[in-house]
Amino acid sequence: MTITEKILARASGRDRVSPDDVVFAKVDKVMLHDVSGPGVMTVFKELEKKGRKVEKIWDPSRVWVAEDHFVPAVDKLAAENIVMVQNFVKKFNISKHFKYGLGQYGICHTLSHEEALVLPGEVYVGGDSHTNTTGALGCFATGMGHTDVAYVLLNGKIWFKVPETILFNLEGELPSYVMAKDVILKIIADHGTDVGNYKAIQFAGSAISKMPMEERFTLTNMTTEAGAKNGIIEPDQKTIDYVKERTDAPFTAVVGDKDAKYVDIHTYEVDKLEPIVAKPFSPANISTARELSNVPIDKAYIGSCTGAKYNDLLEAARVIKGKKTKVRMEVLPAAQNIYMRALKEGLINIFMEAGAVIGPPTCGACCGAHMGVLAKDEVCVSTTNRNFPGRMGHVESKTYLASPKVVAASAVTGKITDPRDIR
Amino acid sequence: MKGTVHKYAQNNIDTDVIIPGPYLKIMDPDELAKHAMEGLDKEFVKKLKQGDFMVSGENFGCGSSREHAPIALRHAGITAVLALSFARIFYRNSVDGAHLLPIEIEKDAYDNISDKDQLEIDIQKGEVKNITKNKTYKMKPFPELIRKIIDAGGILNYTP
Repeated sequence: MTITEKILARASGRDRVSPDDVVFAKVDKVMLHDVSGPGVMTVFKELEKKGRKVEKIWDPSRVWVAEDHFVPAVDKLAAENIVMVQNFVKKFNISKHFKYGLGQYGICHTLSHEEALVLPGEVYVGGDSHTNTTGALGCFATGMGHTDVAYVLLNGKIWFKVPETILFNLEGELPSYVMAKDVILKIIADHGTDVGNYKAIQFAGSAISKMPMEERFTLTNMTTEAGAKNGIIEPDQKTIDYVKERTDAPFTAVVGDKDAKYVDIHTYEVDKLEPIVAKPFSPANISTARELSNVPIDKAYIGSCTGAKYNDLLEAARVIKGKKTKVRMEVLPAAQNIYMRALKEGLINIFMEAGAVIGPPTCGACCGAHMGVLAKDEVCVSTTNRNFPGRMGHVESKTYLASPKVVAASAVTGKITDPRDIR
Repeated sequence: MKGTVHKYAQNNIDTDVIIPGPYLKIMDPDELAKHAMEGLDKEFVKKLKQGDFMVSGENFGCGSSREHAPIALRHAGITAVLALSFARIFYRNSVDGAHLLPIEIEKDAYDNISDKDQLEIDIQKGEVKNITKNKTYKMKPFPELIRKIIDAGGILNYTP
């Protein structure tokens, strides 16, 4: 069995499972945020109208809540949703609530690994599509809507069709100017935005072994853009160390069997990769950054669960250090602890001296909701994950997806720029 | 189920065009419905009657896990989406939340169905009848569990 199959077999009390088996699996951890949370509450209210009063949830110690999409509160409605979330946390005794303005908080997927809220070998369900991110810890992590999350909160389990696994072997060493973001954009472009539909996407190979954890999260994060049910990487010593630095909670790491079956195996020699940019309006619509070097931009954005981890800020700061930006640049670290570390390590200074504005962690601009949305015809190069029409603002704005290095280089020139091409 | 087709002959209709991000703070389904498909077709809501169907290509509903997407479509009037394939979360949300029927159809049916055609969907028989063109297509059968959840009226009413 693959790692995904082994985790689902354990969680459904079976010795083994095979792709296409339908199982009801026990869930170890559940996440909801200020969009899926009010959705869950609406579902509970509907149940109560039908006479099914919800007094308690299955296990509040396995549930955690993030405020990330509409913080800082955009308007009265968003503020009320946040109050609803807070009341929900109180009512059901949920211990982990990452509240905007009260210590550590940030984008839910970033918190999942920064705080080791999910452990290797676990089944983790989140009310957000990029829940796949956390799979780089060697867990089964998948996104769902609020009805399914409500079901899990009541029952502690949920149905899954066991997915087939596509294995991407990444071999070699990434060039210094190439990041995990370039790799995943290339993979999505080569295989399509629906290649992972109903499937697991697993990454392995010597390039993965060498890759820091934060870069691995970029890969699993964007398996969502390939349609995957989950993205996953078998835990190695780096994974174990990363988790143990953050928690004392015990866990059992799982890896796949030697004879595990994969529906497809693709191998990439990553030494040959170049900085990649996904043009509007699909993450699969790629060119090299150099092919787009005549595209002027209005904004360079570093933010989101995909591209505002500490390492992302560090790599962008290395490119931009001592230079001035030519277009507006907005940097929103993905979580409060990352922001603080960036401050202590001098990265915030580097960005501000270059001309950038720093904002609080929020999903706002990535989903076109607030905190810096795009006007009609504006062009943004962004470390985020989606560039669908209207994703980051006006339906006729344009988003180009790129690595933090490309975004930083582009901020300096005012055009899409390969980081090799600035001095 | 009988209704009129609204055909969007393209692949990858994503949840950001079905219901754009700024509206995710809205929980009132009728309010969400006013903005259904706003990212692609501002006239969409005006064209619909309750009980209408959408027809589209591959990977329908890709992107975010927002259940607001099937909710907005349903409350705008759509009771079934017929597509060549669906993104997994949209499919799951549609069935588990009992919002609408995600029906997979074959390429020949997809090519044959035109905008404004009248269809009759019979999930017992697994057939889609095109009343306008006097043709009948097979739908891809629902997997067993999906069928049971549909019959129960959503995952919250389903007992394994």
